Amino acid sequence: MANIQDIAAYAENSAKKLGIAKYDIYGSSVDDTSVQVDKGEPKQVKASNRASVIVRVWNDDNLIGVTSTTDVDSIGIELALKTAYEASAFGAKEHVPDFSPEATKPTAEVSTTLATQAPVADLLKTLIATEKELLESHSAIASVPYNGLAQSGIDRFYLNSSGALRSEERTYASIYLYGKTEQEGRKPRAAGAIRIHQGLDALDVQGCLKETMEKTISHLNYEKIKTGKYRVVFSAEAFLGLLGAFSNLYNAQSILDKLSLSTPDSLGTQIASPLLSVYDDALHPENVSAETFDGEGTPTRRIPLITEGVLTNFLHSAGTAKRLNAQPTGHASIGAKVSVSPHFYHVVPGQAAEQAYSLDDAENVILIDDLQALHAGVSALQGSFSLPFDGWLVNKGKRVSIESATVAGDFRDVLKSIIFVESEPEITPGGVCPRIWVDDLSITGE
Amino acid sequence: MTLAMTRGTLLRSGELPSLQYTATRDRFDPTWEAPLSTLLGLGRAAGADFIEIFLERKNYISCLAEDDAITSVSPSLVTGAGVRVFVGKADCYVSTNDLSFTGLRAALEKGLSIMGLLLPAPNSHISGINLEILRDYATAREKESWLTNASSMQEMGDILLSANADLAKKATHIQARRAAYFRDWQEVMVAASDGTFARDIRLTQSVGYSLLCADGEHRSSINQRVGDTSDPNFLRSWRYQDTADEVAEAAGKMLYADYVESGSYPIIMANHFGGVIFHEACGHLLETTQIERETTPFIDKKGEKIAHENLTAWDEGLTPDEFGTLDMDDEGMPTQRTLLIENGVLKNFLADRAGSMRTGHPRTGSGRRQGYTYAAASRMRNTYIAPNDYSLDDLFASVDNGIYCKKMGGGSVGPTGQFNFAVSEAYQIENGKITKPLKGATLIGEAIEIMPKISMSSNDLSLAPGFCGSVSGSIYVTVGQPHIKVDSITVGGR
Repeated sequence: MANIQDIAAYAENSAKKLGIAKYDIYGSSVDDTSVQVDKGEPKQVKASNRASVIVRVWNDDNLIGVTSTTDVDSIGIELALKTAYEASAFGAKEHVPDFSPEATKPTAEVSTTLATQAPVADLLKTLIATEKELLESHSAIASVPYNGLAQSGIDRFYLNSSGALRSEERTYASIYLYGKTEQEGRKPRAAGAIRIHQGLDALDVQGCLKETMEKTISHLNYEKIKTGKYRVVFSAEAFLGLLGAFSNLYNAQSILDKLSLSTPDSLGTQIASPLLSVYDDALHPENVSAETFDGEGTPTRRIPLITEGVLTNFLHSAGTAKRLNAQPTGHASIGAKVSVSPHFYHVVPGQAAEQAYSLDDAENVILIDDLQALHAGVSALQGSFSLPFDGWLVNKGKRVSIESATVAGDFRDVLKSIIFVESEPEITPGGVCPRIWVDDLSITGE
Repeated sequence: MTLAMTRGTLLRSGELPSLQYTATRDRFDPTWEAPLSTLLGLGRAAGADFIEIFLERKNYISCLAEDDAITSVSPSLVTGAGVRVFVGKADCYVSTNDLSFTGLRAALEKGLSIMGLLLPAPNSHISGINLEILRDYATAREKESWLTNASSMQEMGDILLSANADLAKKATHIQARRAAYFRDWQEVMVAASDGTFARDIRLTQSVGYSLLCADGEHRSSINQRVGDTSDPNFLRSWRYQDTADEVAEAAGKMLYADYVESGSYPIIMANHFGGVIFHEACGHLLETTQIERETTPFIDKKGEKIAHENLTAWDEGLTPDEFGTLDMDDEGMPTQRTLLIENGVLKNFLADRAGSMRTGHPRTGSGRRQGYTYAAASRMRNTYIAPNDYSLDDLFASVDNGIYCKKMGGGSVGPTGQFNFAVSEAYQIENGKITKPLKGATLIGEAIEIMPKISMSSNDLSLAPGFCGSVSGSIYVTVGQPHIKVDSITVGGR
């Protein structure tokens, strides 16, 4: 497969031949392997070695055209440039993106470990042993219908016709387990966990196993819950899920498109309880997939989004930053229309709370462990959500699994109704966040 | 049909590195028989029980109009292949972008090595696999010109701008309006060691609106699209005026809607995209993928009553122009019409090749995948509840206090069979009459409990395009039903 220098050379030669003076390319190649098992036997192994690039071309009228391709040889790159040039005739005439002014600025030094890819036999052996241990951990755990152990190596790069050229390499390993119970006369129950690390050797397989086992067993004895208003405690996973679903609040592109709950004037307004502060931090040490530059080549960085409840920054591409008189923040993905998205959340307590809460002595609170169907139950443009969840009713530390229920509300109200942000952070693949306590949320049970 | 070329002869594997097959780069045609036959023969000689090679070329373009400007035209060109190796019931799937003989052989070799097999030693005698005469649905059904006859970039832009202008005239309190179109042209070729050798071209298109209206704190957002799988003139013939009327009306009604009060209600679900309830609540549970994982409550219920006796349901790939329509599935099997449930009795599951092998249920032409990076799995095509004899008036007259779910959002089903989906346009039903609009509703339930409660179906079957994400990626499907009544279901709200 072509390497970045090859692709740069193909692009330069083809652009010259086609009379294209200005272009940039973002691309990646991925080499990954994943395994699944079923009751002690290998079920499916997947391996892939693939590459893709997205090419942007500016024509003589400074209109932009884009094409993505998986053909990264000289013929494929030339065809992509040609097609992008053709598409440029229909490019947006206003707010045309330009190269990022930071595409050649130094990126952060990130300490990463590149793991050697383990043999498939090792992946299978590890997953089969883990599945066996999970099945033997409790008589009610009858199967692990969803499981997987994967490793991948990713090379990504950005280059442009003004001489920017940067690349980085990462490796990842991940495991997920989802246990399911079967008991006579009882409904099947299921729960899972996931872990990710830079390589298989350091992957916390036992932690994933233990969490899956404990969660699955904790849902065996379930009860219905009365419909009503409850004090709710969101796990890190659940709160970050909601935060991500409503990221239009601080997404500059969404704001400029008028597809946001915020406006350009929202900066500096109190949108959450002063107890809450939120950062987006691609370079956070716990972010296994730390990327040092975005799709426009802009270096990534730590951005305060909400500081003690006040909206302090938006996430930007080079184009949105220019339009809103701000700096690019390293959150762009290139395309005919550049999009903006968060990297890795870091949620911390803001102002000190007047009262601290603990699940050990709280009464009748709901601990939401995992929100489901975020793609379906969130109206991101209206601020509302209505979502099924996995969780427990907690009374003075005693947890009883909730059979089936939904939580509903307006995310803006949730942010303002936060009564406590715990101090102990939980690490998830999407960010670091403590448990968040919120008052008066609607729960639909029976 | 196109005739295959001369069959492969005996090869010496030691000679393979010097073979320079010159299958066409820009078209899957009979010249691919020689390299594919050789690769399949190599795989079998290495000890694999079954080998399948899937080739894909894709020419995709999307176009977006925001307010009165085209803001995105995005072409995408994809070439790739997947090699699947079976040893017993276990399998390995390797994908690559490299469609040269060397690239495909490397993918095969990787797959074999993962399964503990090695390419045959040099100088071994290897027989190429005898492939059937190419079943070329693209040529036989005159699909070769589809790509060139589809709308140009200029035409896409012109139509979307006209459509967006029409919506601007019809809607009020507009905050953002978008019209979006995509065209997904895909050429696939499948060759397998059982002799399968087939080719097809698909042309999937969809166009629609996304409208956000706001008035102070009141907001409504409505999405609506139409789709097609075989008409290059689809975009040209889109009656955007009709779609704009519907979208503007729905957004206006929902702008000041009250939040639904949570609880348990009888509901009437509209036809068309209302069929997503059956897709999520039952359809997924009838895929052999779910049997393999033991995540369906219907695993041993074939021949048993699992639904109300008034309910009959189908999954098929044959209805012309529907979003899930195919000539062949992604394993080269001709599509078919599969009876899922008849008068409440479970009749069939949907099976791909691996699912059939692992569960014993017969293949149904349902092996589908998003593209070359995924192995095929049992997936739905056009799935719908059959119409019945009730009139719409009969359904409404049977509800004193309930909810009319006119437009559905997305949904999902979990590993314990629990499903949920959002309602994007809902109304209160009081004494058989539609009254005020409601928002924020989510329907929650378990298939095994809800299916017997679908007690009435009207006679107005209507189908709608949809996108389904699952183990083998995102695929195009149709959902559908007549209006149906569910006697009782949990509605999540405020």
